[in-house]
Amino acid sequence: MLLFLVAVGLTLIFGVLKVVNFSHGAFYMFGAYFAMTAYQLTGSFALAMLAGAAGTAVLGLIFERVFMSRVYGADVLMQLLVCYAFVLIFDDVVRIIWGPEFKAMGMPAAFQVMPLFIAGGVVPPYYLLLIGVALLAAIVLGIGLSRSRIGKVIRAAAHNPGMVSALGINTGLIYGGVFALGGMLAGLAGALAAPVRSLTPGMGFSVLIESFIVTVIGGMGSILGALIGALLLGLIRSFGSLGFPLFTEGLMYLFMVIVLVSKPTGLFGKEAA
Amino acid sequence: MTRTRTPGISRRSTLALMGAGAMSVAAPWVARAQAKTIKIGMPTILSGRVAQLGTSSRNAVMLEVEKVNAAGGLAGRQIEMVIRDSKGQPQEAARVARELVNTDGCELVIDAEASSGAFAVHEVARDLGVFCIHTNSETSALTADPKQRIPNAFRTARQGVHDSIVGGSYAAAIAKAKGLKKWATCSPDYAYGRDTTAEFTLYLKRFAPEVEIISESWPKLFQPDYTEVVTKILQAKPQALYSCLWGGDLTSYIDQANIYAMFGQMEVFAVNMADYTALTVVKNLPKGIHSGNRYIKTFPTTPENAAWGDAYKAKFNEYPTNWSWENATAIMLMAEAAKKANSADGKKIAEVLKGLTIKCPFGADGTVTMRGDDHTLVGYAIGWGTTIPQEPYVPEVKAGDWKTIFELEAEWKKSKGYT
Repeated sequence: MLLFLVAVGLTLIFGVLKVVNFSHGAFYMFGAYFAMTAYQLTGSFALAMLAGAAGTAVLGLIFERVFMSRVYGADVLMQLLVCYAFVLIFDDVVRIIWGPEFKAMGMPAAFQVMPLFIAGGVVPPYYLLLIGVALLAAIVLGIGLSRSRIGKVIRAAAHNPGMVSALGINTGLIYGGVFALGGMLAGLAGALAAPVRSLTPGMGFSVLIESFIVTVIGGMGSILGALIGALLLGLIRSFGSLGFPLFTEGLMYLFMVIVLVSKPTGLFGKEAA
Repeated sequence: MTRTRTPGISRRSTLALMGAGAMSVAAPWVARAQAKTIKIGMPTILSGRVAQLGTSSRNAVMLEVEKVNAAGGLAGRQIEMVIRDSKGQPQEAARVARELVNTDGCELVIDAEASSGAFAVHEVARDLGVFCIHTNSETSALTADPKQRIPNAFRTARQGVHDSIVGGSYAAAIAKAKGLKKWATCSPDYAYGRDTTAEFTLYLKRFAPEVEIISESWPKLFQPDYTEVVTKILQAKPQALYSCLWGGDLTSYIDQANIYAMFGQMEVFAVNMADYTALTVVKNLPKGIHSGNRYIKTFPTTPENAAWGDAYKAKFNEYPTNWSWENATAIMLMAEAAKKANSADGKKIAEVLKGLTIKCPFGADGTVTMRGDDHTLVGYAIGWGTTIPQEPYVPEVKAGDWKTIFELEAEWKKSKGYT
């Protein structure tokens, strides 16, 4: 479910901005570190989550306005290079501020309870929270993009930015906002991951690879696709580790290949017009 | 030799003047002013994911070198450490080692590399004939294999096979007492994880033949999410779990297994738990995890060991690691050997070092010995215990029996064709 949050941010940014944001994992990392610091300072889990999400949203906005907005016209390689440079820079920033050794945030006391037993399976309450947050994000994003005015503007901007800006709408602001929203979702995922994963510089990278697989399977630019993709990947991992414990990673890629061969746009991707 | 003293004002102020570990690299002119200095070269890992261990090696060496220099140096010659970063890459470690000897004029080498780099530096030592102590490589073959052996190289690290024997017998005793027959393993999927797990289960089954391994998991190194591994183990319902996950992977695994309440459902044996790098990071350390000792200032429970741990913490503001004691021991042994030989010459030190026993805060009985026939350290403190969530973290460590270790090690060597 965390993967969904990261992947949906990625797919959103790609859908509107047509940029493959390779530095997306860094936002996930920053979200986790922001949350840990806020949690240590305040002791409040809710504030920690807020700090993780809000901090990365601001970071995303600045990153987009100052750097990414300059390379929209450039070719894909140029965008990739800028993003990759920032993967390295952000990793080093984290190393300078928080140190190179791994850190842990610790599970808040409220969630240190016995897991629930639902239909024979073990379900930790904290994971119920994760699922709830992710579903909420999916619903809000889905309805927001299809129904609200801002959502319509965003979709319009994705389709034809020239026309949208001719209508007197500030596309720069829209782009910055979408990037901030994508960054915020990754940051929120990082913040939610902080209690259960160890925090290290470079922690965003493996998550980034998996969320790329999710978006490729689900279809670039599709929110529903990201949701289904994340669920499928989770199931592949779980059943894979029972059936083929040495080939779980391989299974994920194999599945991606099958999807790409049979439907190159991804399960829920739209055909290019 | 008086190895441990309470940190006095005079030494502290000297240390402050010298400015920690960077001094030797940053101020070579100081050395040039003193004609009789001896340079010791030290390649270690100062950047990357295990940089913390390399730094702790450097810290421990500097702590001990200060003492030796204050007491008159290595057979009257002041020691100057030349410490370089190998970035954890074998070819870089070999290159740095060669450069330290050929270009920087180091007469002795301390090889503070992980196993991959240690074998590379070993070849350099073979080639140049320079005196070399491997301080961190725990791979048994480095000294056990006669093909590797050279007269000028030694090891002051613990040895993999020693750990497996002690861990296996400790776990077997508990398995018998509590009737733990169904075991699961969960270790990182690379050479160290596979070898260590295989050796542990070998000795576990030897001491407790009724044990059966019903589930194996091999998560990737540095994997962020262990959910599928945790649920798989819970499904298998083992009575006990062995893991040699380490560092951030171990703490992450514990946090994720915690929310499935895994630690209440089985006995957990995690060999790398009782190192301060992991103990101080885990926020909700479950009670009662069995672990091997890495470095802990309360085992052996001697004032010397506690004083050493405290002095280290006072100087560097963090606790020593497993690599720290291994490096400190190297300097202690070299200093004593140089004193006995009355020379800082590598060949003469090597001669005296064979079979040398010294007083040492990390010894099981207050002493450690550099075994003469295979140039490796024996008699160091080795044991297993269970964790509690606050200091001293592992209140009671059950010490391994060196007599048993020696017997089984000899047998193991024979089975490998080493003797």
